Amino acid sequence: MLYRENGQFKTTYARDQQVFPILQDRIGIALLLLVAFVAVPLLAPEYLFRAILIPFLILALAALGLNILVGYCGQISLGTGAFMAVGAYAAYNFQVRIEGLPLVLALLGGGLCATIVGVLFGIPSLRIKGLYLAVATLAAQFFVDWAFLRVSWFTNDSASGSVSVSGLQVFGMPIETPEQKYLFCLAIVVIFAVLAKNLVRGAIGREWMAIRDMDVAASVIGIQPMYAKLSAFAVSSFIVGVAGALWGFVHLGSWEPAAFSIDRSFQLLFMVIIGGLGSIMGSFFGAAFIVVLPIVLDNAPYWFGIPIDTALAAHLTFMVFGTLIVFFLIVEPHGLARLWSIGKEKLRIWPFPH
Amino acid sequence: MKLKFLPVAAALAAAVISTAAFAQAKEQFFPVLVYRTGAYAPNGVPWANGYVDYLKLVNAQGGINGVKITYEECETGYATDKGVECYERLKGKGGGATVFQPLSTGITFALTEKAPGDKIPLITAGYGRSESQDGLVFKWNFPLLGTYWVAADVLVQHVGKREGGLDKLKGKKIALVYHDSPYGKEPIPLLQERAKMHGFELITIPVAHPGIEQKAAWLQIRQSRPDYVFLWGWGVMNSTALKEAIATGYPREKMYGVWWAGAEPDVKDVGDGAKGYNALALQHGAGIAKVHQDILKLVHDKGQGTGPRDEVGQVLYTRGVISAMLAVEGVRRAQERFGRGKIMNGDQVRWGFENLALDQKKLDALGFAGVMRPVSTSCADHMGAAYARIQTWDGTKWNFSSDWYEADSQIIKPMVKSAAEKYAAEKKLTRRTPEDCQS
Repeated sequence: MLYRENGQFKTTYARDQQVFPILQDRIGIALLLLVAFVAVPLLAPEYLFRAILIPFLILALAALGLNILVGYCGQISLGTGAFMAVGAYAAYNFQVRIEGLPLVLALLGGGLCATIVGVLFGIPSLRIKGLYLAVATLAAQFFVDWAFLRVSWFTNDSASGSVSVSGLQVFGMPIETPEQKYLFCLAIVVIFAVLAKNLVRGAIGREWMAIRDMDVAASVIGIQPMYAKLSAFAVSSFIVGVAGALWGFVHLGSWEPAAFSIDRSFQLLFMVIIGGLGSIMGSFFGAAFIVVLPIVLDNAPYWFGIPIDTALAAHLTFMVFGTLIVFFLIVEPHGLARLWSIGKEKLRIWPFPH
Repeated sequence: MKLKFLPVAAALAAAVISTAAFAQAKEQFFPVLVYRTGAYAPNGVPWANGYVDYLKLVNAQGGINGVKITYEECETGYATDKGVECYERLKGKGGGATVFQPLSTGITFALTEKAPGDKIPLITAGYGRSESQDGLVFKWNFPLLGTYWVAADVLVQHVGKREGGLDKLKGKKIALVYHDSPYGKEPIPLLQERAKMHGFELITIPVAHPGIEQKAAWLQIRQSRPDYVFLWGWGVMNSTALKEAIATGYPREKMYGVWWAGAEPDVKDVGDGAKGYNALALQHGAGIAKVHQDILKLVHDKGQGTGPRDEVGQVLYTRGVISAMLAVEGVRRAQERFGRGKIMNGDQVRWGFENLALDQKKLDALGFAGVMRPVSTSCADHMGAAYARIQTWDGTKWNFSSDWYEADSQIIKPMVKSAAEKYAAEKKLTRRTPEDCQS
């Protein structure tokens, strides 16, 4: 009833090509942004910011980056944790070694370094495909882990191998309180989401998808596999690198390579698969599912005042979480984003389905 | 307990217990970060049980001058990001967290950045960052009883003594087999310093988390045949290392573990093969002291024990008890200045930790006679004591095999100072003034 596009005529190309062609979607997104930028900072408690919203936003950004590579270009990567690590450590080095470098530049610099490393490890994708490529990108993970553990230059000769940052500020405004950190992450995530959305629906995004669907056919119609694949690696690692820098700088404040271990790579891959391959929205759903759900499950016994053994609670979380993953994958193998779009389709013809 | 000598306080305590409503108003909240699951659970569980049991004991004895202790556990799984989440979850609960004890060097590093903003002290008894001993820079960190630099220093002293003098270490080879994390890397600077002083060769051999795969490390040991092996492991890594040592034929008598590699779970599975293996004991050993009897009587006998009964008195269990005792005594010390029987906030508790004065008499009264030595901290020294002993596994239990060693402050002090200054410069912190120390 409400969600119907009757009477919304697209009279120009521009209107036909907008990101959200339906008026109700635009209103919905505007409301969502309003809530995220205004209502949440005013209302949310500190715990929600620090433990849920900030990690959610940053990992959603990383999942978004990975989704470009895996979901849009079809190149499976297990090196996401490594690219995050490169972003974080590079940004750290920029900040430590260049006096007075603005935070945003350090973060983007981290992203650029991750891009270089990403493209480098993306080169094998020109020859190997599918699961074999996944194994090749695993090399990135191990190599980067090794480099940051062993080469003390990267950690500014920190004896323990752990690095830390503090006193963050952007344009003279400090990024200290949870609200400031949240808004900073949110702004970056929104900007990158808009950029990514426009990239994937542009010429380059169509090239990626053509390569994903059938690379031989794509090259026959004039798409260069090398350019398409490497550009996907570059864009993806850039976003992932910025997310890694944010994870270190804004969320943890102090980190060691274990923060970007192979577990992180798997976690992000699962986010993309559960959220929905080839969907910007799906990255957010996946991140919400993987980041927020375990915390909710973990806290649930306390909220209901059920005294429960800590170990039992942790094990229950694993069990329920695992069951839910299996459940969602059986119900909708294409991810939560697909469920979302099915819901929207149904809503359009509601209440008179034909 | 001290309360026993103070009838007034005891009466107050009784009043608190009898009136639940009153008791609710006076509660000091202790967050408990634990890992009861995951790769490090075998070692994390006894520690957590000891910690919680001691808090229960204090409550059973009437609380801290009548202030009841409340606590809540949070599972970190030894993961830094999970630890940060737990910290955020618990820091505001129950009227504000009193003190955090992360029991993980990685989480300690992350919380070191957060604690000053929230004004919550961090106790890292026997772990954490070594330079945080410098209380003039690290206002909120308390590596009470010892740091990894202390541990490494004592180990070098011991093997030096075994060789017949530190100068005899010249030309010897010492291998450090370490957990490849901030925890395992902490002792390296000190060992390098000592290696330079005495002319022994230091071979560092990292083992990746969680430490189940050590073939390469022990191949290296087989090739280089070091005179001693220092084991800086945690959890399953320790027993794996011992098994590999047996397979390689490396004598266990020449292996020395840090105090986190010297508990029952580390050697039990290896059984007889671990006989002769040595480890540091940080101010405690296995065995039943008076505090354990109190716990058995007042907590376990009432059916409130957190873990199995026979765990009471084990090494890591006692570590948990000691850690909890230090936390509680910090609050008690703060109450002496800021008001007996009142709830202490973070700033006040920090003052309490900075002015801990646990002499032998107090320790005896608390039931820690024979368990540990006196501790006294100050604004500048957040560590309080630098003593340790060596213990040896005889196949069934740990026995002390050395006298007390004190770490050489001549070596550690300058290192702490320069590392702390580097940290201060990085963070643009200024050293605390004498006035600040009074706060």
